[in-house]
Amino acid sequence: MNLLSSSRHAGARRLTALTLFLLWPVAAWAHIQSGEAGGLVSGLSHPVSGLDHVLAMVAVGLWGAQLGAPAIWMLPVAFPMMMAVGGMLGLIGLPLPGVEAGIAVSAIVLGIMVMLETRPALPVAVAIVAFFAVFHGHAHGTELQPGQNAMLYSLGFVIATGLLHAAGIAIGFIHRWDAGRKLLRVAGALIMACGFFFLWSAVS
Amino acid sequence: MSVRAAKVGVGAALVTMPALGHAHLVNSGLGPFYDGALHLLLSPADVLGLVAATLLAGLHSARAGRLTATILPVTWFLAGLAGLYLFGALALPWLSVLSFALLGALVAFNPPLPTAAVALLAGLFGALHGLLNGSALAVIGAGWTSLLGIAVTVWVIGLLVSAAVVSLQAGWARVAVRVAGSWVAAVGILMFGWMLQ
Repeated sequence: MNLLSSSRHAGARRLTALTLFLLWPVAAWAHIQSGEAGGLVSGLSHPVSGLDHVLAMVAVGLWGAQLGAPAIWMLPVAFPMMMAVGGMLGLIGLPLPGVEAGIAVSAIVLGIMVMLETRPALPVAVAIVAFFAVFHGHAHGTELQPGQNAMLYSLGFVIATGLLHAAGIAIGFIHRWDAGRKLLRVAGALIMACGFFFLWSAVS
Repeated sequence: MSVRAAKVGVGAALVTMPALGHAHLVNSGLGPFYDGALHLLLSPADVLGLVAATLLAGLHSARAGRLTATILPVTWFLAGLAGLYLFGALALPWLSVLSFALLGALVAFNPPLPTAAVALLAGLFGALHGLLNGSALAVIGAGWTSLLGIAVTVWVIGLLVSAAVVSLQAGWARVAVRVAGSWVAAVGILMFGWMLQ
């Protein structure tokens, strides 16, 4: 009888503990990010919020890794700077025709470059990357939420873009192995295919 | 006056055009010295330019790093005193952005510059931002102690960053520094867009 009673008490205690645990309040984060911190976070998250941007920026890193020095660092330097120029054009209201199509074509072209492991002269590679960076900057460098800090938004945007390039370069290091080289070319083909999908979405 | 001179005059006037100052000092709770230090750390334009100037010096040479780490806080403090006691509300957003964008571009492209030129650029940047900090402190009635906090923080960051870069031997690490410079320049270019908008 005592055993049964003790067992029931233990069960009740466990049930109470479980109920209390489930009802345990956690710190409330019931607000949107605003002001300076919001500007930085917004800028950091913007480039990774769209697959078209992510693929193009990672493709820049992959291509740079295939090409080796000095392209491996020239391309990631050219892209953010020309992207900023594109952003500036957007901010001052200078229209750029076919921005979304341009972004889609950037994924196609960069995907083809990675797939075929194309090795143009360095100025040509830099020019290709710089040209498409303008479209990416024009489309997304200007989407600051009201009340947020423009400089921190810009900083976050540029850092996130650079880190995507770095991710591409890091992945691209598999290029030193035969299997890795083939995998990179497959990745280029996938990026190209996604680019065609983006283009179809942009023009339809 | 020639057309070229007129264009240069208009450009210079645009760059030095004053804007409304939003002067404030963050309260660290630790007194005016640390309020000044915190003010610097929470001012992106100051920090970006400071980091770019010291990255440039570190990339150049140990001597340039030592010169920059000395000249930057001194010019920052002296120009800050001028801003504090001689000027009122002063904000030069165009010149401020131009200064750090230029330093970022120099880090990215890393042209062969004489050591004196690297130190001079750092001194000019320090003087400009010291002047702006000093005038901001004057508006809110803060004293030279806050300015000293800013200058000492500049000195510490300058020493740490330039020493870290000077010690980099690996080629990829020096490339990473140049990429960081391109990011600073990119932020500057975007800021021109925001200001023109």
